[in-house]
Amino acid sequence: MNTAANTAALRPKTTPKAGGKPGGIGRRLRQQKMLWLMILPAFVCTLLFSYGPLFGLYMAFINYQPGGPFLESFFKSEFVGLQWFEYFFTNGDFWIIMRNTLAQSLLSLLFGFPAPILLALAINEVKSGAFKKIFQTVSYLPHFISWVIAANIIITLLSSEGLVNKVLMLLHLTDEPIAFFQNGHYFWWIIASSNTWKDMGFNAIMYLAAIASINPELYEAAKVDGASRLRQMMHVTLPALKPTIVILLILAVGGVLNAGFDQQYLLQNDLVLQYSDVIDTYTYRYGLQNGMFSYASAVGLFKSVVAFILVLTVNRIAKKVNDQSLF
Amino acid sequence: MRSKTWGDAVYSGVVYAFLIAVLLATFYPFWNVLILSVNSASDTIRGGIYFWPRELSFTSYREILTDNEILHSVGVTVARTLIGTPLTVLVISLLAYPLSNRELVLRKPVTLYFIFTMYFSGGLIPYYMILKGLNLIDSFWVFILPGLMNVFYMILIRTYIEGLPGELVESAKIDGANDLHIYFRIILPLTLPVLATIALFTAIGHWNAWFDSYVFTYNPDLKTLQAVLVKILNQYQTGSMVSDAQKMADSAKRLAVSSDTIRMAATMVATLPIVLVYPFLQRYFVKGMTLGAVKS
Repeated sequence: MNTAANTAALRPKTTPKAGGKPGGIGRRLRQQKMLWLMILPAFVCTLLFSYGPLFGLYMAFINYQPGGPFLESFFKSEFVGLQWFEYFFTNGDFWIIMRNTLAQSLLSLLFGFPAPILLALAINEVKSGAFKKIFQTVSYLPHFISWVIAANIIITLLSSEGLVNKVLMLLHLTDEPIAFFQNGHYFWWIIASSNTWKDMGFNAIMYLAAIASINPELYEAAKVDGASRLRQMMHVTLPALKPTIVILLILAVGGVLNAGFDQQYLLQNDLVLQYSDVIDTYTYRYGLQNGMFSYASAVGLFKSVVAFILVLTVNRIAKKVNDQSLF
Repeated sequence: MRSKTWGDAVYSGVVYAFLIAVLLATFYPFWNVLILSVNSASDTIRGGIYFWPRELSFTSYREILTDNEILHSVGVTVARTLIGTPLTVLVISLLAYPLSNRELVLRKPVTLYFIFTMYFSGGLIPYYMILKGLNLIDSFWVFILPGLMNVFYMILIRTYIEGLPGELVESAKIDGANDLHIYFRIILPLTLPVLATIALFTAIGHWNAWFDSYVFTYNPDLKTLQAVLVKILNQYQTGSMVSDAQKMADSAKRLAVSSDTIRMAATMVATLPIVLVYPFLQRYFVKGMTLGAVKS
């Protein structure tokens, strides 16, 4: 691992120049024209597909009528200011959408956040290399399949003939098979457990890496003191994970508005829409399915701005926490 | 070696029980799909298949592997994976090299220009409008062009390049090689391990992508396997609203294959390449993920 430790020493060195700057910016630019040529493709792609939509956000402030040549209808549409935002906040959908988004995010966090920590702690206790390897390989698999495949699997498991209903009936927790996808009350739980199932193995990687960097002498010392394995886990491993846990938790909270799109869209149906609809599925339905382009753009912009503020805030907090934990 | 205490033994037991429970919870769903896909459709309808196929039958596989829509969609998926992956890796690594150069004029603002897109996006509708404006709707290139750039992967490669010995580049420069030369002759071969990782991730992303094909194309010839699978899933969900009696009647009409076993077989076909590829990735992505976390 020479990559992380001593990158500074290996970086292409700047030859020390007397006045600091070697020639004017113009001359350096000319010298570096090859480098700029290499930047160009990525620059153009980003301009078109990342910055282009930012200009397209103008859509949220006009009353865009689809049909007719695109640019023409774009510029000829009436400017309506904040009307679409007002409409979003007052038509009642706002609260349902926000409730669903936050509920699904936070429930997913409640299950999905501790699960990889527990998993990493448990894997760390395994002494057999073969078991460890098999376990990790299998536990990563759900992360790499698409939500389309995952949704197919989940719907099968939860169907009236599926294993989940079978087990519930064997345990006499229910007499009739539960129609999980016909009652909205189950939906948040389905999303939270699906998210957890899909990513807990993969997310354990971060914690396993942190565990791998623990000084083995700490365990030796604990053993000399007669600590049981449980106590070693509680007093050596867990404290060593604390900084990682704190940072990842802060970052996860910053992403609460990203409750997802794929899983909701693929698992929902009209019967559970009141509970399944999150910001992204709502934007999709209103914008691309119902043709309310301007309204959906406004909803999307609202989400982008709030998410941006959230991420900046939590990044700042994470940085502060990180600095503190160093000393 | 100290002998194990009783407490440690209990602790081990709990740990292994937990891990085996997780292992089963992860693995069983795939197993379930597999056995349903190889069970005869007329028998599956009776239910009760949980651990082993009751009447082995590969009819559903024969059905989907001779189905033109599915075969064509596999072709589209393979095409986008084979074309998109190398192009993406090239564009990203071409960017990573200049940005790793500390002497690049305007290095900070250019880097910020790319990083900013990780934090703020215009949202789906303006994005759709741009695709429309660029004539990419209903075009094969909508699968390729928007995915050419990925800031997270760029950071991984840049970090990797920064970890390479600088003397190699320096001596090549003294020999009069220009930056493009240096990139192709020195940087590209040296960064191959990280490029391979990113290529595999990108390829998996292409294989798994469904939304762009499902939403941004109308032409049935441009549907990817996953998009067809979404269609099958939607049909199933609409179907499950129909009463069970109706379902029985429908399945009686088509004894050989029911939509359900077809759905399971198609799911297996879409899963298989992933299962074959990702274990090889394992040792790379573990490194890559932790490296990226350190940097960001």
